[in-house]
Amino acid sequence: MPDALSSFRICDFTGQLAGAGATKWLASFGAEVIRIEDPVRQGRWDILRGLPPFVDERRGIEMGGGFNNHNTDKRGITLNLRTERGKELLTRLIEVSDVVSENFAKGVLERWGFGYERLKEIKPDIIYVSNCGFGHEGPYSDFKSWGPIAQAVSGLTFSNGHPGLEPAGWGYSYMDHTGAYYMAIAILLALVHRQRTGEGQWVDLACADAAVTLNGPALLDWTVNGRPLRREGSPDSNRNAWPAMAPHGIYPSRGDDDWVAVACRDQVDWETLAGVIGADWCNDPRFADLPGRLADQDALDAHLGDWTRERTKYETEALLVDAGVPVAPVQKPEERIDLDSSTGDFGLWPTARHREMGDVRVDGQPVHFSKTDWRIERGAPCLGEHGEDVLTRVLGLTADDLAQLREEGAI
Amino acid sequence: MSALTGVRVVELAHESIALAGKLLADMGADVILVEPPAGDPARHYAPYLDDTPGEDRSLYWWHYHTSKRGVTLDLDDPRDRERFRALIATADILLEAEPRRRLAALGLDYGDLTTVRPDLLHAAVTPYGRNDGKSDRPFTDLTVMAAGGPVWNCGYDDHSLPPVRGPQQGYHTASHFAVLSLLTALLYRNVSGEGQFIDVSMHAACNVTTEAGSYSWLVAGETVQRQTGRHAAVNPSSETQERCADGRHANTGVPPRTPAEFGRLLQWLRELELEEALPEAVFLQMGAEWDGPFDLSRIGRDDAVTAIFGAGREAMKLIASRLPAQDFFVGCQRAGLAAGAVNAPEEAFEDEHFKARGIQVPVSHDELGRTVIYPGAPYRMTGSPWRISRRAPRLGEHNEEVLHDL
Repeated sequence: MPDALSSFRICDFTGQLAGAGATKWLASFGAEVIRIEDPVRQGRWDILRGLPPFVDERRGIEMGGGFNNHNTDKRGITLNLRTERGKELLTRLIEVSDVVSENFAKGVLERWGFGYERLKEIKPDIIYVSNCGFGHEGPYSDFKSWGPIAQAVSGLTFSNGHPGLEPAGWGYSYMDHTGAYYMAIAILLALVHRQRTGEGQWVDLACADAAVTLNGPALLDWTVNGRPLRREGSPDSNRNAWPAMAPHGIYPSRGDDDWVAVACRDQVDWETLAGVIGADWCNDPRFADLPGRLADQDALDAHLGDWTRERTKYETEALLVDAGVPVAPVQKPEERIDLDSSTGDFGLWPTARHREMGDVRVDGQPVHFSKTDWRIERGAPCLGEHGEDVLTRVLGLTADDLAQLREEGAI
Repeated sequence: MSALTGVRVVELAHESIALAGKLLADMGADVILVEPPAGDPARHYAPYLDDTPGEDRSLYWWHYHTSKRGVTLDLDDPRDRERFRALIATADILLEAEPRRRLAALGLDYGDLTTVRPDLLHAAVTPYGRNDGKSDRPFTDLTVMAAGGPVWNCGYDDHSLPPVRGPQQGYHTASHFAVLSLLTALLYRNVSGEGQFIDVSMHAACNVTTEAGSYSWLVAGETVQRQTGRHAAVNPSSETQERCADGRHANTGVPPRTPAEFGRLLQWLRELELEEALPEAVFLQMGAEWDGPFDLSRIGRDDAVTAIFGAGREAMKLIASRLPAQDFFVGCQRAGLAAGAVNAPEEAFEDEHFKARGIQVPVSHDELGRTVIYPGAPYRMTGSPWRISRRAPRLGEHNEEVLHDL
C-alpha cells in the first residue's frame, strides 16, 4: 500500500514548532517535504536547531532535541537566496512542488522575490500557505509573535487560571502546536480543493485568529448576553460551567506534587462518589442536588480535597474507576510516557534515526489508519543533508553542477 | 466553491467531536448531525440565550454546530438503523465518538458499513483508542487533559496551587487530529478509490501536544516544572507576566537581544520620561552601542552582557507597570519587541486587528428574527472561503429533507 500523501511535494520554509509541526504531519504520511535552509546563517533562523534538550554533552545546530522532534522524515537542503543561482534553483523546485509553506514574519519571502504573485507565475496552481502570529493583513500584521504572544492576545492565556489570581496561562506553546495543526489542515484543504478544481490558492493563516476561535462559547456569551469572561470570580478554569458540574476539579493527592482530576457529570456520578467516600459530609443537605453543590462548591471541594489527600492519585483512580466516576491522575511526563502502558501500546513514541544524534524517541501521531498509516523513521535532517539527493534526483543536476554551485556559494 | 462542497459527513453527535464536524461544515461539507430522538445532551449546556435554558437556546450548541443539518435517529430501533445505513450509503465520511463496542453491537461498525459504502472514511474518536480497554471508562474534557499531559505543564510557580487546564481544549485537540486524519484519507481516497478506518485517541492527542513536556523526557529523561504564565521548564526561567497600570496583565515576551532593540527600548523609555526611574538605564545605552551581535551564552558569565540583558528585562517590567496593557503591547511591538496584552476573549473579539481580519461574523437566526455575531474563520483561504452557511440545527429540523430522500 503506498503512503496516503506520497504524491505531494512540499517546498518547505517552515521552522520552530508552529510551522515545522504542520509539515511533520504531511511527512509522516509520506509527502516529500523538502526543508530549505539558509547556508550562510546555518539554518539558525530555526532557533530550535541548537536548543535543549540534548541527548548527550554535544551541542550545536545538529543537536537540538526539539528540532529533531518536529522535523522527522523531512529532507533538508540549503539554498543561498542572496545569489541568483540560489533563486534559480528555488524557482525550479517550486515548478515541481505542490505547496510552498512558510512561517516567517510577513514580507520575508516577498523580499527574496517569492511573493504569492511570483509563485503563481512560476507555477499557476501552486498552494501557498503562510503562517504568522497576526497574519499578513490587518493592523498588527507587522507585529512579532510566538506561541505565548498569540495565546495572550487571543484570550487563551486569560482563560486559564484560578479566580482572584493572575492568569496561569499555558505551560507550553499550545498555539504553536495548534497553529501547526491549523496550518496542516489548511494545506490539506487546499490540496483537496486543487484536486477537485485544478486551482491553487494562498492561505493567510494567523495563529492568533485560530486561537480566538477556540474561545467559542465564551464569545457567544459575550455577543448574545453581553457577559464578559473578565468579571468577579472568573475565570475558574478547573471548574466546569458548560455544562455545570460539581464536584469538578483537580484535587491534592498524597505524594510529591501529585494531583487527581475528578468530575461528576450528573447526579448519578455524585451519588456514586458519595457512596465510595461514605463520610458524613456527603449527606450534608447543601450537597444534595446540583444547584446546592454549585452554590457551596468551595466547601464541597475542601471536603473532597481532604479525602483525596489521604491517598495517592492512582489509589483514587482505582477506587473511582471501579465505581464508574470520571477520574484521572495528573500524570507527569515519565508516568504517561513510560509507566502508562496506553501510550506505548498505541505506538505513540517511535524511534527516529538521526545522522548525528543516533536513535531518539519522538512524538508520534495520535491516530492509526487501517490502510495507509503514518510512519516515522528518520530524524530531522542535518543542515543540507539531502542537498545532493534532492538536486540530482528532483532537479536533474549533475555532480559537476553541484561542485560549481558550492564554489559559487549558492548551496 | 468551498474546499469540501459536495463531501457528505455523517456525525454522530458527541461533545468531543463537535468541533471536528464544525471545521468540516464551515468549509462546505454537507454535515448531517445525527442525534437520538431526545436530543444530544449538549443542547442543554450553558451558556444560554438570555440565560434561559431550552433545547434550542444553548450557545454552546450554537457555536459547535454551525453549518450542519440535523436529523434524529434512534439507533436502538431496527428501522432507524436501516435509515442510518441508507444515510451512510450517501456519505463520504462517518465521524463518531461512540463507546468503543457500541457500533459493532448494533451492526453499524466500519466492517458492516462498508457493505453499503465500500469507500467510506470512518473516524472513531475514543479516550484511548479502539484497542484499549481504558476507553470504556467514563471521561470528561478535564480527565482527558489530566491524564494526557497538558495539565502537568500548566499552573503557577506556587506548587501548592492545583495545576490548571484550558476548558474544552482536550476535545479541541482530539477534533483537530480527527480533521487532519479525515482530510489526509480523503486526498488518498480521491485518487485510489479506497476508504479506510481511522482510530483517533484523545489521550494520545494530548500526549503529543505538550511541547517540551514530552520531548524533554524522551530526549534527556528530564521533567519540566510548571511556572506562572510561561513555559514549564526543567530549570526555572525569568518571569514574563507583568501586572500593568490598568490592572490587566501583559506578556513581556522576548526581551531585547540586539543592539538595535536595546536602542529602540531606550528611546521609548525616554519618550515616556522613565529613564530617571530606571537605575539600570545606563546598561541599555551600553547595549545599544555594543559592537556586533551578542553572544547569548555569555549571559550569567560575563558581567557586562549580564547587566545589559538584566537591564532590558527591568526596562520592560518598569514600562509595563506604568502603562495600560494594550499601550504596553502596542508600544513594545512598535519598538520591534515581541510582547502581548493578556486579553480576555471578549477583549480580543473587539480588538481592531481581529475585527479588520473578519473575526466577527453575522449569522442569521431566522427563528428569533435576529442576527447573532459568531467567531469567524481560523484561516483565510483565499480560493475556497470558510463560511458559516447556517445556524446550528434545531432538534430533527432536517428529518424530512434528509431522510425522505433515502
